[in-house]
Amino acid sequence: MRRALFLLVIFSVSGFVSADVANVYNFDTAQQEQRFQKLAEELRCPKCQNQNIADSGAPIAKDMRDEVYRMMGAGASDEDIMNALVARFGEFVRYKPQVEKRTLLLWATPFIAVFGGLLIVVGVVIRSRRSADHEPALTAGQKARAEKILAESKQGNNV
Amino acid sequence: MKRVFLFLPLLAALILGIVLFAGIGKDTQTLESALVGKPVPAFELTDLHAPENTLSQNLFQGKVHLLNVWATWCPSCRDEHQDLMWLAHNQGVPIIGLNYKDDRAKALTWLKRLGNPYTAVIHDPKGTLGFDLGVYGAPETFVIDAKGTVRFRHVGVVNQRVWENELLPVINDVKESG
Repeated sequence: MRRALFLLVIFSVSGFVSADVANVYNFDTAQQEQRFQKLAEELRCPKCQNQNIADSGAPIAKDMRDEVYRMMGAGASDEDIMNALVARFGEFVRYKPQVEKRTLLLWATPFIAVFGGLLIVVGVVIRSRRSADHEPALTAGQKARAEKILAESKQGNNV
Repeated sequence: MKRVFLFLPLLAALILGIVLFAGIGKDTQTLESALVGKPVPAFELTDLHAPENTLSQNLFQGKVHLLNVWATWCPSCRDEHQDLMWLAHNQGVPIIGLNYKDDRAKALTWLKRLGNPYTAVIHDPKGTLGFDLGVYGAPETFVIDAKGTVRFRHVGVVNQRVWENELLPVINDVKESG
């Protein structure tokens, strides 16, 4: 029991562990450290393509982090830094794709899917409610037949 | 009209199938080079064989070159070496080597032992030119035209198939259009 509790505690706090890449570099202010961390999280490692450069251990990710740090020190803006890295490695390194004609469908699809799903749900609900109002489950003739069968079976049971 | 709705899931599945099928066989690791159409970045690095000589981007002027990024720590580079020797010595293709993040002595020994397919080798121990070229892993091979403009990048080993299907067509295109 104690073991289970121990494991539970360990696993629940393990979610808060994250490698803070900014600690490897020296920053003058906490703000700068945060800015670096944010930039590192918005840039994708071109080698380990499902990781940002903050998380990736690949050599190219380290080179990119070094460059971000160097450019920050040289006074470049966030946009300058992103553009410089995109100029070398392509749009792919932007973790958040830019909203432009090419990526419009990429951005719009979740909204289209959810909206479309909602329309379908609403359509189904309206249609089923409409049929429940106007069309009874049995016609008058079928209802009479059903009552007759029920009456006969009751008589049969009483015998 | 209601019948049409019955076919919507089928239509969606068909479209999804076509889209996914189109992706089969494509190498997900390959990225298109952001430098296609741009000049080789300016650099000042030493010649691997002659450390007293400095090489620059002018190295590429005058004819169409292949720029091959390689290193002794890269196993795939070893794999493609024989193909590069064939390209250089049998096909007469001018190849410039970029020795990327490597030790000079090791690189020289490697070339002496295996043969040298390169007309010149740039020594890039810190990988600065590699970084500016958008290199994210060795081996990579670029096609550079006679004016020093990057025209194409291949990621991965160069072999007969890659040469015939990818590099040679680009080189021919470049030579024709100038």
